[in-house]
Amino acid sequence: MSAIRFDDVWKEYGDHIVLERITMEVEPRAFIALVGPSGCGKTTLLRMLLGEEQPSRGQILVDGKPLPAEPDADRGVVFQRYSVFPHLTVLQNVMLGRELRDAKFTARLFGAARRAAMDDAMKLLAEVGLAGQESKYPSALSGGMQQRLALAQAIMRGPKILLLDEPFGALDPGIRADIHVLMKRLWNETHLTVVMVTHDLSEAFGLATRVIALERSRNRPEERERYGATVSRDLEIFPRRSAELRSSVQPAPAGTTRSGKEHQPGRPGALVLKEQP
Amino acid sequence: MRLVNIRPGRQTRFYLLALPFLLVAIAYFAGSSARLTQNPNDKLLPALPSMVQAVKQMAFEVDPRTGGYLMLSDTVASLGRLGSALAISTVAALVLGIVIGLLPGANALLGPFVSVTSMVPPLALLPILFIVMGLGENSKIALIVIGTLPCMIRDLAMKVQELPREQIVKAQTLGASTWQIALRVAMPQTLPRLIDVLRLQLGPAWLFLIAAEAIASDSGLGYRIFLVRRYLAMDVIIPYVAWITLLAFLIDVGLRVLQRKAFPWFASVRAE
Repeated sequence: MSAIRFDDVWKEYGDHIVLERITMEVEPRAFIALVGPSGCGKTTLLRMLLGEEQPSRGQILVDGKPLPAEPDADRGVVFQRYSVFPHLTVLQNVMLGRELRDAKFTARLFGAARRAAMDDAMKLLAEVGLAGQESKYPSALSGGMQQRLALAQAIMRGPKILLLDEPFGALDPGIRADIHVLMKRLWNETHLTVVMVTHDLSEAFGLATRVIALERSRNRPEERERYGATVSRDLEIFPRRSAELRSSVQPAPAGTTRSGKEHQPGRPGALVLKEQP
Repeated sequence: MRLVNIRPGRQTRFYLLALPFLLVAIAYFAGSSARLTQNPNDKLLPALPSMVQAVKQMAFEVDPRTGGYLMLSDTVASLGRLGSALAISTVAALVLGIVIGLLPGANALLGPFVSVTSMVPPLALLPILFIVMGLGENSKIALIVIGTLPCMIRDLAMKVQELPREQIVKAQTLGASTWQIALRVAMPQTLPRLIDVLRLQLGPAWLFLIAAEAIASDSGLGYRIFLVRRYLAMDVIIPYVAWITLLAFLIDVGLRVLQRKAFPWFASVRAE
């Protein structure tokens, strides 16, 4: 749950201006969809949010503080590919975040701590529909399942912001619809602010609270290098969509309904929230 | 049907596999018997019985001078050198390869240096090693390490750099420190690739071993071959060469099996 502010952000590679004059506010728990033609800098914007790249000018603020210059555990990410680790089983992939957090030197948990992490990971896996797949390697999963795993892995660590880089772009339409339902639920049940880059307009309008289109205002060949893309449309979805309200970040007592219409018995909806250090 | 579409079946595959070996054997024994009918004392292409006799003497009869079985003690000496040298190279390559592949600063510091040292012809350094380290085991092991290590580091660093950038970023978003990335992301994924790199370096390692043993040694497979060369003892040399080839082949197969059993996930990653 974090507010993000872009303060006159520019991104240039040498003489080539990719993005210019990006100024916008993202309210906490928003679900932003970034759309635009190929090469318009959507992914660059996401990479700057991730901390993988730095703005050439201007700054990005999260909750009023400048963004750290490298990726950290506050910002989870799901890429289109290579999001999960091929050498770890499904369960190990989800447990990894906890192990990295709690075992600084060995990066592995043992005994009771391991069992606790395993239980939480199993619950989360059940929630994203991967029960029974725990001991498989990711390569044995379908594309849709791999992305579910990537979501579970990111959420296990309890990030404040979730960044999605065309996460569902390579999936079949039917599988994509299923994972959209999951994505919506995760957004409702956690305190995430989500920023998603997508090519798919129906996905953007179907999931997001706000759709932001990036576009180059000048696109003649001789102008292309010197003028970057900027925000050309900033559309609030109507009727207004918002994440279900939460009174506190504490997990609810067992059996409490978190999100009435989608509640399933035994689903630990608030599981991930108590992981925030 | 086009040749590109003809796939041999199981049985055909076996015959095809055996064919080149068989042809070499036939060529050898034909040449051998031709030479031996002309001159029964010819030593160049000994017949099978005389090689069997020589192997029996080398492998299964106690050598009166040393009191041991020569072929066994030669094999133990050579494999000891090869094993300790490759162990040093493997461990050092794993550590340095990950450091160079993962840390841009280490890459800037050591990458060019490793590339240059991998160009040094190791055999040209052999005299230096003998002068500095003496004629004992150390100089032979050092030669194999010098001959294999730089290439292994370079190859392995490249493999680490080939890990998708997304994985390194993802690990950071899960809160991983540099150490944790090395330990949980880079190293486990480097290990199966290390086996590939090691397999590629087996050939050079044997080359340097035999070379070092040939020049200054008192035991080892290479030593024996170059010793009996003085007596034109082809009946010993040929079985020894076959034995070395078999050992190298078995080590290679062993590493391949290890890779498959220990890293079951790797096959599908490599297939991508």
